[in-house]
Amino acid sequence: MTDLLWVIPALPFLGFLVLVFAGSRLSTSAVAAVGVGSVGLSAVLTLVLGAGFLSSPPPDGALRVTIAEWMSAGGFDVRFGLYLDALAMVMLFVVTFVGSWIHLYASEYMRTDPGYARFFAYMNLFVAAMLVLVLADSLPLLFLGWEGVGVCSYLLIGFWYQDDANARAAVKAFQVTRVGDAAMAVGLLLLFAHLGTLDIQPLLAAATAEWEIGTVAASIAALLLLGGAVGKSAQLPLQTWLPDAMAGPTPVSALIHAATMVTAGVYLIARMHPLFLLAPEVQVLVGIVGALTLLIAGFSALAQTDLKRILAYSTISQIGYMFVALGVGSWHAAIFHLFTHAFFKALLFLGAGAIINAVHHEQNIHRMGGLRTELPLVFWTFLIGGASLAGLPLVTAGFFSKDLILWGAFSAPIPAGNVLWAAGLLGSFLTGLYTFRMIFVVFFGAAHGHVHERPGVRMRTTLLVLAAFAVVAGYLETPHLLGHITVFSHFLASAVPVVEASEAVLASEPLALAVAVMVSLAALAAAWFLFLERRALADAIAESGVGRAVGRFWLSGFGFDRLYHWLFVAPFTVLAERNRSDVVDVLYGAIAAISRGLHYVLRTSQTGRLRWYAASVGVGAVILLMLLIRP
Amino acid sequence: MTAVPIGHALLVAGVLFSLGLTGLIVRRNLLFMLLSIEVMLNAAGLAFVVAGSAWGQPDGQVMFVFILTTAAAEVAVGLALLLLMNRRFDTLDTAAASSMRG
Repeated sequence: MTDLLWVIPALPFLGFLVLVFAGSRLSTSAVAAVGVGSVGLSAVLTLVLGAGFLSSPPPDGALRVTIAEWMSAGGFDVRFGLYLDALAMVMLFVVTFVGSWIHLYASEYMRTDPGYARFFAYMNLFVAAMLVLVLADSLPLLFLGWEGVGVCSYLLIGFWYQDDANARAAVKAFQVTRVGDAAMAVGLLLLFAHLGTLDIQPLLAAATAEWEIGTVAASIAALLLLGGAVGKSAQLPLQTWLPDAMAGPTPVSALIHAATMVTAGVYLIARMHPLFLLAPEVQVLVGIVGALTLLIAGFSALAQTDLKRILAYSTISQIGYMFVALGVGSWHAAIFHLFTHAFFKALLFLGAGAIINAVHHEQNIHRMGGLRTELPLVFWTFLIGGASLAGLPLVTAGFFSKDLILWGAFSAPIPAGNVLWAAGLLGSFLTGLYTFRMIFVVFFGAAHGHVHERPGVRMRTTLLVLAAFAVVAGYLETPHLLGHITVFSHFLASAVPVVEASEAVLASEPLALAVAVMVSLAALAAAWFLFLERRALADAIAESGVGRAVGRFWLSGFGFDRLYHWLFVAPFTVLAERNRSDVVDVLYGAIAAISRGLHYVLRTSQTGRLRWYAASVGVGAVILLMLLIRP
Repeated sequence: MTAVPIGHALLVAGVLFSLGLTGLIVRRNLLFMLLSIEVMLNAAGLAFVVAGSAWGQPDGQVMFVFILTTAAAEVAVGLALLLLMNRRFDTLDTAAASSMRG
């Protein structure tokens, strides 16, 4: 059983190698078979492994496999070691299972693209890197996967690199995440300097043993790791890259920028949770970052007109929820939301891909409309995904996971808990509002033009499977009032601490639950009223002076791009302009100029007249003699 | 035969040397410049001989032999240069050979 573990990341990597070296000679169907098959096989292996893991859990809750030595220098040993505990198991399942369905969808979606083999090569490499990230038992190996997914994200955002804007979006994504990655690398060095190891489990044990709660070193290390997580997961203040990342093909957005890579930051913090427990201020900061992000992204999503950008802001906002859960120490809630979010957000992106294909690659939702009757299957699955995103009570997965987060914030024994809960509720309202705005505008109302292409069998199957999971995944964990199923948290308990609320707090659960339910229903009602029933009213609000200004502000994502342009890009270009002639070179240039000047002066003495030389030798001899004779 | 006082002898040597140096500076003709150098060398030789006899040492005369040898070598090289110069520039004026000025 354990021996099979290394095969799971190796298969997609093998697929990548095959496609890179032989992809151009393979037929389209062979490329699809390799690309989808490698990830699909990984998913099957994961299911087999997961079944074994569930039926006979390893004694200390984790499987360890060491494949090979990576580097060894003095006391610094890094091995290619894999570590599979419940947390990694959940991530493994999400990455391989959702990943293979998205691959299947992409095999149809991308079939006319000339870069078919290149696309699947990148996608397979991404899955391999993501699996390394998830399974790594040491931080350097995790960082390898972390950078690997970053590279694949860059390659896939810029997949259609012939268009300059796509290439720019790819560079932007790469550079913005690099800021976080640099912080994370510094954090790793700091941890190694203090604790002498980078293997995750010994490191966490050493940190807990050596550092007390509130130690400065622990806080700084946690803060730096948070920097990395914020960059990768597109949270404030590094969230600006994700909306632009939508320049990539839609399956890429579904796989990388919704389901897996962007949740790597959540995984990192959950994986390193003992370190964050040692730094309570930083942990609260995680929650605050999440709350601010989920509100900002929620408002921004409300004003977007591009279907994929709505979903991108929605992803930022939902990851904000996960950060809130991490911030209040409700680790299992964060992972549960990550789990359900992977299904319904991938579903929404894939549905959006089908819609965009159907309407001649139009992405503006106001030029769609009336697609309900034209694309019934896409409509129903999109509705399920949207309902799950908006947290429609009882019938959707998103409701249960989001409620678990809100409940975690509500019951958290920290002062910020109630504020975070309120922010989460407001965000929940926003989520419902922008989700149903999107659905009502796209699928209802008057139709604009013909449907050009309908999804084929592979795309339809994927949508149906993901829609099923977007409903049933929620029943793995339900509140006390609604059956109190704890399959998920019970499973995770061996990897992350699951905090149970006290009896006194439990008494107020019905109230919290009722408020959450009412907020999401109110959002649905408001969206129905504004965007379906009284569309004119919504338009009037948007057209008024204030509405226009606010709308523009939200459309630009709270102006972060302009702020960063003004703060970083503009000063940099000005400095670069000033430095055109290399300021540092002035010193060396001056040395050269001085010697050249002296050379010109001395050159005039070289007259070429022999008699002058003789005279100056004579004069020099006289001067020397005078100096020697006179004391 | 009475000994010439060393002061007088050195004065003669100094005058000779100055004459040679002046000749070297003011003459343009390479031949005369070589002659001036000979004069300067002999002035130096005279100073050695005078100093050697004043202290009753043979070293002064030994040095004079050295100077003669040096002078012979110098003349050999100098005359060769003179011939080459005459061939190339068709003149012995040293100002003509100033093409390597800075």
